[in-house]
Amino acid sequence: MRNRILALLLICVLIALPTITRELGEASLLALATRILIYGMAAASLNFILGYGGMVSFGHAAFFGIGAYVVGILATHHASGEPLFGIIPGTDQMLVTLPLAVLVAGAFAAAIGALSLRTGGVQFIMITLAFAQMLFFLFVSLKAYGGEDGIIISRTNALPGLNMRDKATFYYVVLAIAVLFFFGLRRLTQSSFGTVISGIRQNERRMAALGIPAYRYKLYAFILSGMGAGLAGALMANFLRFASPDMMHWTKSGELMIMVILGGVGTLFGPFLGAGAFLILETFLAEWSENWPFALGLILLVVVLGTRGGLQALIDRVTALVRGGAK
Amino acid sequence: MSVILSIEGLVKTFGGLIATDHVSLDVREGEIHALIGPNGAGKSTLINQLCGELTSDEGTIRLGGQDITGLKVPERVALGLGRTFQITSLLDELTVLENVGMAIQVREGGNFRIFDLARKRRAVWDEAAAFVAGSGLANRAAIRVADLSHGEKKQLELIVALAMKPRLLLLDEPMAGLGHVESQAMIGMLSETRKSAAMLLVEHDMEAVFALADRISVLVYGRIIASGTVDEIRNNPAVREAYLGAEDELC
Repeated sequence: MRNRILALLLICVLIALPTITRELGEASLLALATRILIYGMAAASLNFILGYGGMVSFGHAAFFGIGAYVVGILATHHASGEPLFGIIPGTDQMLVTLPLAVLVAGAFAAAIGALSLRTGGVQFIMITLAFAQMLFFLFVSLKAYGGEDGIIISRTNALPGLNMRDKATFYYVVLAIAVLFFFGLRRLTQSSFGTVISGIRQNERRMAALGIPAYRYKLYAFILSGMGAGLAGALMANFLRFASPDMMHWTKSGELMIMVILGGVGTLFGPFLGAGAFLILETFLAEWSENWPFALGLILLVVVLGTRGGLQALIDRVTALVRGGAK
Repeated sequence: MSVILSIEGLVKTFGGLIATDHVSLDVREGEIHALIGPNGAGKSTLINQLCGELTSDEGTIRLGGQDITGLKVPERVALGLGRTFQITSLLDELTVLENVGMAIQVREGGNFRIFDLARKRRAVWDEAAAFVAGSGLANRAAIRVADLSHGEKKQLELIVALAMKPRLLLLDEPMAGLGHVESQAMIGMLSETRKSAAMLLVEHDMEAVFALADRISVLVYGRIIASGTVDEIRNNPAVREAYLGAEDELC
């Protein structure tokens, strides 16, 4: 009940945000909020396999970047009028580009996951990292799509009946998708599949003895997670009107992982908190000093050591204290 | 009585060590076949070969007439093989009820569904509640496994295995570390179980073995040195020599 009120309150604030930022004359805050929502989805996708499934993927930016490039490549072909591979016409319709980005990211996740999941532990971390870097260098060398400069997307994908060039409209589209995404993810973690994947994280040997072939389940989780990251990447390409290899660089994978750890591994809302904290800190610390990563590192250290479970754990503990004090 | 598990000429070597040396034995429908032997005899290795965690170098394993030698653990489970672990291996973050529920949920299938609600699977939870209610852990249903005592975990191992409704149960030292009262309760549970599943029981506790077993096989240095009824084994000089050593009397 309490959670429901909080969720409703949060959604109200998020809906009112464009009006608030306009009144304050701080348009950049709306852009920051949009980025937080998008990165929140990417981090939450990673958290599904990392926190719920126990698979530490260090190459998740690959799927984020793939999603972005699907939007970018389709936009390039739409602009030039030449079909991709001579058959697939380009498009700037978001109703086409987003599902396609999700599917393509899912296909890449299936291929990478099928190979990576044959290993475990440190090897799994290294092999996912290696695949992501392979894709990074592939796109760096793809001169047809801008090489390391990336693709500039001349205009944001269109949605029928909406003026997507308007920042507030785009924000609302992202917000709607993020809310649907969040409730879908919540459902996923409570589903039959979600409980099995969490069982595999806790004790793979036990689950095998119950009759669960872990590989297939982990692969399915990996694909779903890749699809989520692909969706976030496609939205990011639309937001930045730009797709570049940097979006799949290993540092981006690291950022996603920091967001997950900062927010709370294996929690539903933690990655969104983590994305928020990370991007807000990045924005304001960068204004303060160009050596901002140093300060960020210190803060991360304090949060990880001090909260043992990220911001979500901190909030849980504070609310428990407040409730205890109220009694 | 028909044979449910039959092992022929099973071999497992680790480097130069022969852990399982041409072992042949069978377990019949409705029987408890005990496997005893001194420490290091290769009992756990054999159990792990049977459940599929270790691959065998030679020999065949048949479950209900079907060759399962090359199958993986989950495939064997699907054919009706259940096991308990010597060192308890459960889902520590979940409660007693949830552990049993997971076993039933997996048995029922449909676990690739991503938009249902696991806790709303009525059939699963009704059955899990019935299993727990009829067990010694009836008033511990909502306790997390991490907070259970050793004896309770041992019991839960067995309840979870039973919830899978196996045709054959491999029991790896279910009495290990239990006190006298807990052992008696476990013996009671196992003899109840006899009605629903055949069992291969690896156990050190001779009191339990003699109370439960229909037949006993003795494993020493990876080889079966004797196999027979309780009385035959009790009076077998080779068993006394190899297994009991200094002890004068079995039990």
